[in-house]
Amino acid sequence: MAFSQGFTPHPKISYASAAPTGVASEAEYLEIGLREPVDPAQLQVALDNALSPGLDVLDAVVAAGGSLADRIGASRWRMELPEVAPAVLAQAVAAFTEAEEVLVERMTKQGRRTFDSRGAVVSIDVDEGSATPSVASAVPCAILEMVVRQVTPSVRPDDVLSGLRVVAGLEPPVAPKVIRLAQGTLTAQGVIVDPLDADRDGAAIGGR
Amino acid sequence: MSVPSTTPRPVAANSVWPRLEPLLPQVTKPIQYVGGELGAVVKDWAAATVRWALMYPDAYEVGLPNQGVQILYEVLNELPDVLAERTYAVWPDLEKLMRAHGVPQFTVDAHRPVRDFDLFGVSFATELGYTNLLTAIDLAGIPLLAADRTDADPVIVAGGHAAFNPEPIADFIDAAVLGDGEEAVLEITTIVREWKAEGRPGGRDELLLRLARTESVYVPRFYDVDYLPDGRIQRVVPNRADVPFRVHKRTTMDLDAWPYPRKPLVPLAETVHERYAVEIFRGCTRGCRFCQAGMITRPVRERSITTVGQMVQQGLEFSGFHEVGLLSLSSADHSEIGDMCSGLAEQYQGTNVSLSLPSTRVDAFNIELAQELSRNGRRTGLTFAPEGGSERIRRVINKMVSKDDLIRTVVTAYTNGWRQVKLYFMCGLPTETDADVLEIADMAHEVIKAGRAATGSKDIRCTVSIGGFVPKPHTPFQWAAMERPEVIDGRLKLLKQAINADRSLGRAIGFRYHDGEPSLIEGLLSRGDRRVGAVIRRVWENGGRFDGWSEHFSYQRWVDAAAETLPAFGVDLDWYTTRERDELEVLPWDHLDSGLDKDWLWQDWQDALSEYEQDDCRWTPCFDCGVCPAMDTEIQIGPTGRKLLPLTPVNGLKLPTGAQQ
Repeated sequence: MAFSQGFTPHPKISYASAAPTGVASEAEYLEIGLREPVDPAQLQVALDNALSPGLDVLDAVVAAGGSLADRIGASRWRMELPEVAPAVLAQAVAAFTEAEEVLVERMTKQGRRTFDSRGAVVSIDVDEGSATPSVASAVPCAILEMVVRQVTPSVRPDDVLSGLRVVAGLEPPVAPKVIRLAQGTLTAQGVIVDPLDADRDGAAIGGR
Repeated sequence: MSVPSTTPRPVAANSVWPRLEPLLPQVTKPIQYVGGELGAVVKDWAAATVRWALMYPDAYEVGLPNQGVQILYEVLNELPDVLAERTYAVWPDLEKLMRAHGVPQFTVDAHRPVRDFDLFGVSFATELGYTNLLTAIDLAGIPLLAADRTDADPVIVAGGHAAFNPEPIADFIDAAVLGDGEEAVLEITTIVREWKAEGRPGGRDELLLRLARTESVYVPRFYDVDYLPDGRIQRVVPNRADVPFRVHKRTTMDLDAWPYPRKPLVPLAETVHERYAVEIFRGCTRGCRFCQAGMITRPVRERSITTVGQMVQQGLEFSGFHEVGLLSLSSADHSEIGDMCSGLAEQYQGTNVSLSLPSTRVDAFNIELAQELSRNGRRTGLTFAPEGGSERIRRVINKMVSKDDLIRTVVTAYTNGWRQVKLYFMCGLPTETDADVLEIADMAHEVIKAGRAATGSKDIRCTVSIGGFVPKPHTPFQWAAMERPEVIDGRLKLLKQAINADRSLGRAIGFRYHDGEPSLIEGLLSRGDRRVGAVIRRVWENGGRFDGWSEHFSYQRWVDAAAETLPAFGVDLDWYTTRERDELEVLPWDHLDSGLDKDWLWQDWQDALSEYEQDDCRWTPCFDCGVCPAMDTEIQIGPTGRKLLPLTPVNGLKLPTGAQQ
């Protein structure tokens, strides 16, 4: 790994829009600078081996240029709300979608901030039909899927949940389980494109 | 885009993870409870015959780097039929949630309940971890009192330096091991393995008896303590026919045969030390009279320069750490420290690896070493520990360093480019007066004056750091009276005023101190007997946790608990702390053998009072402290005359075996 110059050298590593603490993720990305060129496939294996079970390095590509952060425009999230009836959630989502702006509050490092939780939400849908919660249970469980743009201040899944409370008084009795499913470049059609695609020459190098 | 398939986290059959995971988003720094670090080991529960849970009774950030726990974890897990996992103290926020949701104390490796293990080993570097021990036992669902435990409970074994007087926690532990742990845990494992293979004959009592018969495992329940009408101990005697009158400490000889840790744990959460630490020797015979570590770890046993070199190479390669700590009680005293430092500096020149020597004495040689260590550009701070402010008090504590030496050393550091040095002192030492402490201000002033003269610059600083003295068992000061916190705090105030009396010099001197109250409680716990267990329990019941952390420590809670519990025994907090003991008093730890001859300790205490200094037996004849003949050990030092060879740089990536393409 490469290090910065100077009195106290730091490893050259940067994380692009890391998921909030307590949120599961299937799609985190980071950039590292290396001292010398290596085979990305071997790098993926070496990193994966050094990390904890559950922190899986799936793929590595050689950056062709540009910054990773610029390629991350949006995330797709899935939120499981145990003990919430899907119909109740659907009503709240409808109210949220109709609103122009939904102001919510959150404590940030700069103190309490008020911001809009609606504008960054590209799509928000109650997942019905085939979707089943990750843990089988007798109680009902509503599932939400949403695509949220990367903005400042960032709008996180818990902010959208706050927004649902503001517009429809939705109060989940238990803490929701949130998973980031994907992040990347948002196309005009509202599709998220893998941010590493631009660095791949057609075929995936690391392989899935 | 489909959801990528990832390896699911393996969940052990008896794991509490499914119940713990939902609580983690609600607590601070949840990553500390997740486990799965590089170097962590998860083994098949069913395939193991002996299972250890190892605990350092403080938060993960302090406990993970602990060298002792890492060594035992590795030594035990190397045995095919033995399983060892780690557990740390959980913060009060998680404790509250665990109680509300019925989640027991768990290991971070496979999140198994601590109560499921055969043995629960707890390492005490300081007595301030005692309340955290009670939290862990209680959260584990194990009865708080050893007497109430059944065959379904693990055997709780205490170790570490505080275990040389485990009497204050005698009611809560089943056993204690004095001294080096490597061979002790293997011997205990063997005994447990055989007892289980035989079908656990005689239950828990028989197992404890077998441990006690080794003469190196102390089982408090097999000893009765009788008291005199005035509160002093009359005697401590075995209450069973076949347990020894005295229990002896363990000493691991030939450190080259025990090159651990080989696979150091790489923490996931931020910790206090993030480095590969290697002990370059154990033991110290400098003879500082306040220093328990130097008294109970004798004799000096060096690890050879070549073993240290090999351990550093393998440890760094395994872990990827960028810092190497060469640990010991006084690292510059290794017989080949010069060659070791220059050899390592040579080997790692041009890399990001930096070296540090945490404990060093005051002399110019250290500056040369420090120069070597800062070759890679990182200039770490220099700390010197004169410990006492006046020549007189330094003779009392046997810290042989003159004021001239100190000033010369510090000035050498300044002229070699260091801008900042730290000087460490203690307050409340036996025979100390205000004048002794005020001399610290003179010393600091002279250091700055000489430094300015030598460098021609005003841009130099020193920090005076001062803590309260705590008399410890198995030291010549075990008989000494402690000073009251008001006296300590008064002296610290006077010292601060004296430092700032000269405004120009005072501006260049930083002043850091620990006030006297926590030291008094540490004094109660370190020289306490079994009756102090009632105080610990009361403090814990009243919410005492993490007493080593100033933001959690409550002096008043300890004072109140002592006032509520001790009068029933006819004693009080002062009786344990500010009272001087006489020669014939039976001390609570007299039946625990550190090898030191009690008559020698008493003589050294008398020598302290008459300001007579004692040399180091590495360079002068044996002065009969008693350890080597009593323990059948000997000094093991170099020089070996060997050198560290240049390393062949390892290029490329570290791939798992079989993954090479």
